[in-house]
Amino acid sequence: MKLLKVVPDDTNIDFLKWRNLAFGVSLLLMIASIGLVATKGLNFGVDFIGGQMIRATFTQTAAAPVAELRETVGSLGFGDPTIQRFGAENQVSIRMKLPAGADKNPEIANAMAEKITNKLKADHPDLRIDGVDSVSGKVSQELFSKGVLALLAAMAGVSIYIWFRFEWQFGVGAIWSLMHDVTLTFGLFALTGWEFDLNIIAALLTIIGYSLNDTVVVYDRIRENLMKFRKMEMASLLNLSVNETLSRTVMTSVSISLPLIILVLFGPDVIFGFSAAMAFGIVVGTYSSIYQAAPILIWLKVGSHSFVPTDDASSKAERIGENFGAKP
Amino acid sequence: MLDFPRWRVWMLNTLIIFGVLFAIPSLLPVHMRDQLAQFVPAPAINLGLDLAGGSHILLEADTSQLGETRLEALEDSVRTAMRRAEPQITISDVSRADGKLSFTVTDVSKVDAARTALIPLTSNTLGSRDWNIAVTDGNRFIVTPEGTGNENALDQAMDTAKDVIDRRINALGTLEPTIIRQGDNRIVVQVPGLDDPAALKALIGKTAKLEFKLVDEMADPDQTAKGKARVGSQVLPYPNNPSGLPNIAVRRLGGISGDKLVKADPTFDSQTNEPAVTIQFDSEGGQRFARMTQQNVNKLFAIILDGQVISAPQIREPIFGGVSQISGSFTTESANALSISLRSGALPVDLKIVEERSVGPDLGADSIRRGVLAAVIGTTAILVLMFLVYGRFGMYANFALVINIAMILGVMALVNATLTLPGIAGFVLTIGAAVDANVLINERIREELKRGRRIVQAIEVGYKEASRAIFDANSTNVIAAVLLFIFGSGPIRGFAVVLMIGIVTSVFTAVTITRMWVSRWVKRTRPTELTI
Repeated sequence: MKLLKVVPDDTNIDFLKWRNLAFGVSLLLMIASIGLVATKGLNFGVDFIGGQMIRATFTQTAAAPVAELRETVGSLGFGDPTIQRFGAENQVSIRMKLPAGADKNPEIANAMAEKITNKLKADHPDLRIDGVDSVSGKVSQELFSKGVLALLAAMAGVSIYIWFRFEWQFGVGAIWSLMHDVTLTFGLFALTGWEFDLNIIAALLTIIGYSLNDTVVVYDRIRENLMKFRKMEMASLLNLSVNETLSRTVMTSVSISLPLIILVLFGPDVIFGFSAAMAFGIVVGTYSSIYQAAPILIWLKVGSHSFVPTDDASSKAERIGENFGAKP
Repeated sequence: MLDFPRWRVWMLNTLIIFGVLFAIPSLLPVHMRDQLAQFVPAPAINLGLDLAGGSHILLEADTSQLGETRLEALEDSVRTAMRRAEPQITISDVSRADGKLSFTVTDVSKVDAARTALIPLTSNTLGSRDWNIAVTDGNRFIVTPEGTGNENALDQAMDTAKDVIDRRINALGTLEPTIIRQGDNRIVVQVPGLDDPAALKALIGKTAKLEFKLVDEMADPDQTAKGKARVGSQVLPYPNNPSGLPNIAVRRLGGISGDKLVKADPTFDSQTNEPAVTIQFDSEGGQRFARMTQQNVNKLFAIILDGQVISAPQIREPIFGGVSQISGSFTTESANALSISLRSGALPVDLKIVEERSVGPDLGADSIRRGVLAAVIGTTAILVLMFLVYGRFGMYANFALVINIAMILGVMALVNATLTLPGIAGFVLTIGAAVDANVLINERIREELKRGRRIVQAIEVGYKEASRAIFDANSTNVIAAVLLFIFGSGPIRGFAVVLMIGIVTSVFTAVTITRMWVSRWVKRTRPTELTI
């Protein structure tokens, strides 16, 4: 049987030739992302800023009359709503700030939701209320700080692991490429104005996990080659490692992108932002393993000397790997 | 390396079978699962509210008020103890401020006796002190909270509150609520399938503390209107006051509380035909109620619910038998809600809703249907691709992947985990990791074959070399998952749980199980050629 080859045998692409350019572009994109987040801001959901969100579907109308809704809801005297289509054209989310005093007295928040939904249902008999989220300022602050803390802890934790298992330069490379991926994803959300809620934090964590997986595979090969080819120049060695793992990289990213692309296209509208973030992150994560995590090792002066000692981390690593693989 | 002793083959196969068996109930439609559950235990995965639809309410206790309640109770018992002391100890200038109770023992010679009387009130059953007693100026007592008294009280109050909420929701009928305490002062209530939580909120948002107090008929209406009461009285809001004032003055002491009820039912007032609630006290409460009404015929008494007066009727004759009726602008629904709340007891603390989420069942169902469809298409695409690229070894990987998915579901069902939307992200990540493990192994075998190794050796080296990267990649994911579980909140934890389970099963199926199959194939057929 003739098997499919996703990548031809023995590729020898000079990936690292463009490392300065790629690094420059990435740096610019990261700065742009930070700039976008700083100026335009993220479209935070009620999870993170508190408030009330009503989700609704127009079952008989093709497109939700956003402008009309904005006026109707705005005229009820609870302040200006943030109204957005999400997923399909006929689905909207209406976000309101909680009225003053709602923290003390939840009745006020209830009354607001009731008044808005009643008005909308009266105006549009085909309207289906899909959900109401109401988050107080205190809880949203907790969710936000806990989410940020979880992200930072995960990034720091895995980088420390890489540092112990490889060398410190690899740890720096890993955390840099994670920061790269997370920053660009933040930039994507600032640019598109997609709602940023707790689910997006989960997506970011998935991106971190995947990107790291990719980085570890490339690093593992670099370490192996560093011990095998002691005289090889670092740039060629990195190129060799990337090329050797190329068919695996392509195969894995294609495999993981498949379900994600299908989720973006056909998946539930509620998780559109979530699936899109993950699909984006897979691409960025794969790129960053090759063009961020690997070249950093050159700048941080990693060479075969990094692995010279007899009982160094790598031979320990090999033993652990062996035990783990052969006699679990 | 490719050697598999018989016992290990048996062990691995048993693990696979168990994993897959536990997954079955979760995959069955609900009515079939219920039938199955009659014969064998059939644990199934819970769907989170974001997928199944339902209401999530996070309640937070007002802890400051709890300290106040404790202090109030202490004041009561101190007054009683001093009155009952032999000889009686007179106290004056009783005040509660800044969480402290202070009072003056008028007769300086009785200070020691007062102190002795206080001891049993200020220590708890474990013998340690809940309150600290200090005496200043010779006869002024200051009692301050000490040690873990307040925390213990909060802990007990939260446990009671949880039970009360449980009873109240159960009274609504067939709902299957999950009620759990979270942190020190919070309670999460989750009710699947309930998309309009208005009725639920009306039930659990009310403290339902019922009190009967005498109206202060000597109060100056002008002062009452300003919210000022004379000594021994207090001003309470009274929205339906027939006099037109928004509040009313009542006597602090001499009332009785409605926490000793045996019955509370919605009814209709026989005279006005308006909705009302009848209550029945237990025998002790009934006697006290009889005594209070007997001593105060022709006076007004206020019926107070959660610090607000709902009506203030006149006592026309003593009420014996402990049955009373509460009326005052109820609707049928609110009369029903109040009687449920009264039956299930008052909440020991005020709870307020700090977070509320509801997902309509249509949206939830839509999310599941489309999510499952996307997952099936996506997984099928992966399976086809793996087969096309790696042939026989791809098929091994595919079987391993299917078993992996089943085992994740099985373990989740076994530990009674909940699958949420972020959990699906965790699922995607672990499936990715499982596919990646097999890709790494197969690519490595390919490489080793190209370098001219013999088949058996290439397979051995392939598994060995790839295992190192697989181990590192999965270890980092475990670290991330553990940190997420520690630092994350609700949905992020759901992600972390799936990730932790998934990593273990992925490595088990993608590495160990495929190696077992590969080794069996190699031993049986002694292949001379391998297309990979």
